Amino acid sequence: MSDSTPQWYDDEAGPLVRLYAMTAGRARSVGETSLDLMATIEASPMVPDAPMLSPEKLTLLRICQRLPQTVTDIASEAGLPLGVVRVLLGDLLGAGYITISHPIQPTQLPDSHILKEVLDGLRAL
Amino acid sequence: MASVHSKPSVNGANPLVALKILVAGGFGVGKTTLVGSVSEIRPLHTEEALTGASQPVDNLNGVEAKTTTTVAMDFGRITIRDGLCLYLFGTPGQDRFWFMWDELTQGALGAVVLADTRRLADCFPAVDYFEHRNIPFVVGVNCFEGSKKYQIDHVSDALDLDKDTPVVLFDAREKDSGKQVLIKLVEHVSQRYPRPAELSSAQPGGALPKRPLRQ
Repeated sequence: MSDSTPQWYDDEAGPLVRLYAMTAGRARSVGETSLDLMATIEASPMVPDAPMLSPEKLTLLRICQRLPQTVTDIASEAGLPLGVVRVLLGDLLGAGYITISHPIQPTQLPDSHILKEVLDGLRAL
Repeated sequence: MASVHSKPSVNGANPLVALKILVAGGFGVGKTTLVGSVSEIRPLHTEEALTGASQPVDNLNGVEAKTTTTVAMDFGRITIRDGLCLYLFGTPGQDRFWFMWDELTQGALGAVVLADTRRLADCFPAVDYFEHRNIPFVVGVNCFEGSKKYQIDHVSDALDLDKDTPVVLFDAREKDSGKQVLIKLVEHVSQRYPRPAELSSAQPGGALPKRPLRQ
């Protein structure tokens, strides 16, 4: 490092803001069971002004405002651990900022052409 | 896993269908290589409680109070079209991450079990896991340079696979080769979950009356 001031924290020390601080000490979201990795999150159409949201919640909200996103994509894009993202999304859901679509099982795929489409898509990759 | 919106999105985008495929196998067998060759790898962080098992690995000097650590898991996304995506998750290879498998396999479309013939036993736990949970899978034999080539039948016998479980010889570094493994899996899954139309045409009017036996 060229700077003479030693950096007093690094990656190994973990994030500067501790994860438990982002979730107000909670390891699980309120109410509902844990959000599935493939559940899709969509910002509610009429999102009220959100001046009281934490920076992390605002980040998550901004990510799903562009397009509906899976929980996996949101966590990856925000660079936050999955558990934290689940707690924060639970809060946003409770406050009406987002809606969640739960994934369905492969055996219940409503559209029989989806797998065919996937095959065609893979072949064209 | 399929995540399906039946209603159009409020943003006017297509409904989103997200399908999940797992890539499993022993440590260092080429899971990340496969995910990276067919899709763009992205990191997903998750927390893990630090346990005795991880102590030799995770140096806690200076941060002794840490009780959890973040673990980066790789996943890749293949966009088939707007609103239809395939997600590939490399399942963590080390024993200490078994706890994450149950969540990852929940609702998965299917799995690719990677095998290296020089240490075939490394993939036994993954084969057992998917067989017991009735999750469709294919075995991809990653043909490392210098490893002896085996016939597909021999691998299938050694793993004691059901005869309909496909085995593919491939090279995880090659995109086209990796694609073939995924295609084989989706074909296998399609046979497993017949299309609703085929189901209904197979039995158009319920069971046919059975011809009575003559006395």
